[in-house]
Amino acid sequence: MPGDGSPYTAHPPTDRAAMLEAVGAERVEDLFDVPEAVRFDGDLGIEARSERAVRREVRSVLDQNADLVEFLGRGHHAHYVPSVVDHLADRSEFLTSYTQYQPEVTQGFLQALFEYQSMLVELTGLPVANCSLYDAATALGEAALLAARVREASGETVLVPGHVAPGRRAALERYVDGAGLAVATYPMAGGTVDVAALRDVVDDDTLLVYAETPTVRGAVEPALDAVGTAADDADALFCVGSDVLALALLEPPAAAGADVVVGEADALGLGTGFGTGHGLFAAREAFLRQIPGRLVGATEDETGRRAYTLTLQTREQHIRRERATSNVCTNQAWLALRTAIHVATLGAEGMVDLAEDQVRYARDAAARLDDLPGVTAPADDAHHFREFPVRVPGDAARVRDDLRDEGFAVHAVDDDLIQVCVTEETVAGVDDLTAALAEVVS
Amino acid sequence: MSDDDRGYTFDQARWADDDGYVSLLSEAAPGRAEPGDALPDDLTRDELALPDPAEPTVVRHYTRLSALNYGVDAGPYPLGSCTMKYNPAFLEDVAALPEAAVHPDRPDESVQGVLEIQHRLQRALARIGGMDAVTLQPPAGAAGEFTGIEVTKAYHRANGEGETRSEVLVPSSAHGTNFATAAMAGYEVVELPPGDDGRVDIDALAAAVGPETAALMLTNPNTVGLFERDVVEAAELVHDAGGLLYYDGANLNALLGRARPGDMGFDVMHYNVHKTFATPHGGGGPGAGPVGVVSDLAEFLPTPHVRETDDGYERYGPERSVGKVHGFTGNWLVLLKAYAYVARLGDEGLRDTSATAVLNANYLAEQIGLDVPYGPFHHEFAATAGDRDAADLARAMLDHGVHPPTTKWPEFVHEAMLTEPTEAESRRDLDALAAAFDAAAAADDETVANAPERTAARRIDQVGAAREPRLSWQALGDENAGTGD
Ligand SMILES: Cc1ncc(COP(=O)(O)O)c(C=O)c1O
Repeated sequence: MPGDGSPYTAHPPTDRAAMLEAVGAERVEDLFDVPEAVRFDGDLGIEARSERAVRREVRSVLDQNADLVEFLGRGHHAHYVPSVVDHLADRSEFLTSYTQYQPEVTQGFLQALFEYQSMLVELTGLPVANCSLYDAATALGEAALLAARVREASGETVLVPGHVAPGRRAALERYVDGAGLAVATYPMAGGTVDVAALRDVVDDDTLLVYAETPTVRGAVEPALDAVGTAADDADALFCVGSDVLALALLEPPAAAGADVVVGEADALGLGTGFGTGHGLFAAREAFLRQIPGRLVGATEDETGRRAYTLTLQTREQHIRRERATSNVCTNQAWLALRTAIHVATLGAEGMVDLAEDQVRYARDAAARLDDLPGVTAPADDAHHFREFPVRVPGDAARVRDDLRDEGFAVHAVDDDLIQVCVTEETVAGVDDLTAALAEVVS
Repeated sequence: MSDDDRGYTFDQARWADDDGYVSLLSEAAPGRAEPGDALPDDLTRDELALPDPAEPTVVRHYTRLSALNYGVDAGPYPLGSCTMKYNPAFLEDVAALPEAAVHPDRPDESVQGVLEIQHRLQRALARIGGMDAVTLQPPAGAAGEFTGIEVTKAYHRANGEGETRSEVLVPSSAHGTNFATAAMAGYEVVELPPGDDGRVDIDALAAAVGPETAALMLTNPNTVGLFERDVVEAAELVHDAGGLLYYDGANLNALLGRARPGDMGFDVMHYNVHKTFATPHGGGGPGAGPVGVVSDLAEFLPTPHVRETDDGYERYGPERSVGKVHGFTGNWLVLLKAYAYVARLGDEGLRDTSATAVLNANYLAEQIGLDVPYGPFHHEFAATAGDRDAADLARAMLDHGVHPPTTKWPEFVHEAMLTEPTEAESRRDLDALAAAFDAAAAADDETVANAPERTAARRIDQVGAAREPRLSWQALGDENAGTGD
């Protein structure tokens, strides 16, 4: 009944009257202990609509989005989400529950999160994973703050690679401002870390070295352990950024000496959602009590049966307040559930196969584009996962815009480079993209 | 332990065998997959060991886990400060529209639909909060606090007062995130003791406020549901000293359409979308924590911000922006649900929401036998468990088929049971909740000590969990076989 109160309040008028009587009020307004001066008697000017009307309205507004085939990545990736993920995660026992403060009746979610943590332990090679942060960028910010808490030396600089998503770097800068840390860049060569140049930049003031594999341009980092060694030699922590699917194929970051792994887990379980993220965070055992966010542990109930519970909560804001490891409270738990279901559905075989597909999609698409006159793809020397930079003749932003007019979305990375991302969702469109690019650059 | 308190029982125990619940790993022994030749060997792992269940096994596994979990669709969930209201089913369908699933790096002119919804939501929230500009970027309430305090910091810095204003004032009754946020932003936290009436002690505030004050963080109604009657005076004190007023929007459900933080003198606030605007809590998130500011602070908001132009909508960087608090622009798929909820309710629905939430809390407080100090209440109240342990009583309530309230917080209420029924509970459910409170309070010590008995897990060894942390299958090793032996 739009216009007639909320459809989601439960009382028939008779109940409402009886309840008012029970609390000794004549009108519900009498219950508000709000001084006259700050009461709001005006209109908000928001018109109620029927459910049907709201659905139609949202759809018709969203319909204004152009119909583009997206070859876009750079930290937010389109992957096919099996139906079973939606159907299971949408069960309201999961969806309409909250943080497991009462573990006796939330064993199901706790176990799912415990299993999610276990999957990340296998994927990262690190022994402890939390059950989500907001996104990769904020997880990186938290990694830097963790480094500041555990540092033995006096370092105050977080080193990030020359290729990093501007949004990820900007969020990092905001996160570390309060701790008085600075963010600086080290150079890349041929699409991956210039290790010699990195060694020149790393010094006593370095708190944390951050490297990505795949990089924001899709390059698989071949010298991850050399980067780790450079960090270690300066007593700095080493943080690796990756994503949940790439980790199924690549050497586990722990093997290269990573102290912390951060990244996006939304690639599995969610897919494209205008940047809605799901940050993964794993770390060494030594940092267990410094980790941000929620941790689920296995224990027993009083009958001796396996049970799960949130644990080591003395790290957290609701206990430790201004001395907490982070202010995070609500996280992305339901997306962690979705990721876990997606990973379970793929299984070990399916994960590795899907990850290897991403390498082939990138390689094959690059080879196609590279055949075009004046086009170089990939525009660097690296192996790629999903995405790769493409050197185009003329202004890259203009090429991007012209491609958009043909119905394709790609990134413009700098003056000369566009970037193309191909997954199982878009691989069927590579022929058309190639034809369109041929037109645009001819 | 009777079944007739409610029309349903948890009945979760039937999913357990003698030793525990079946782990995914024991349903499907770890598969081991080795990479092929897509990449050179030195770039890849040797093998990946993860369970390899067939899809029907996955379905059974997670369906069983769902049966071991309690959500607000199943019954009352009166966690104080969490606003566990009904999440309208249609919001899920709205967020699942394929048109919503676009990439944020598309150019503006190709995502006009998304930008228009965002702009509409910015405006609706601004009106609801009495604010001039709203950013949707913060991905949760705590992230909204961080954004708001960073905006505050940027404002003071712009005025050349970045160094001197080094303190943030926080009432001791505030949520833990307020303290943690202020510290994370680099501020010293000055805690304000509560007055005798459970509200901010205005004299203590006057004594604490000064040239070093960057901001006062306040929620209103406060964390026991009491309206801070002196809020205008408090705002004057803080403003006169050159500080700003931050509003923690966790409790905005109490005031929807009836009072606005902007009108009370707040300069910056967050909205808690997963509380007030009915987006599901999802077992702990994702939520969203948009931040509203008065016009003087708008130039400091995160990048990008959405504005309307002659040709539609565009993203831009406000002049003195604090930069970013999220890699992209926040939890869009959650924000979309919030937009649909606000559109569904309109003015009348929003006002009915706050009215019914307040009526329900007052009715429930009246029905239960436990003492409820302070008052008058709005959307929530803190009962005291008296000489009982609040967490024990909460566990005893579980055996009566309801989720208990938040316990032992805020600390200034002795053995607090912070209860927020929300507008969604019917009178019958509220009566059942009251019966559960009373039955737990009346239970003998032994019953309470043994509770809960009807839940999936009985009393849980928390101390053991923390003393010897086992946070993964890998840490469980041989014990992992799933059923515990
Ligand atoms: C009063 C109060 N402030 C802040 C928060 C933090 O919000 P979030 O969990 O969305 O980060 C909460 C809830 O958890 C709260 O109850």
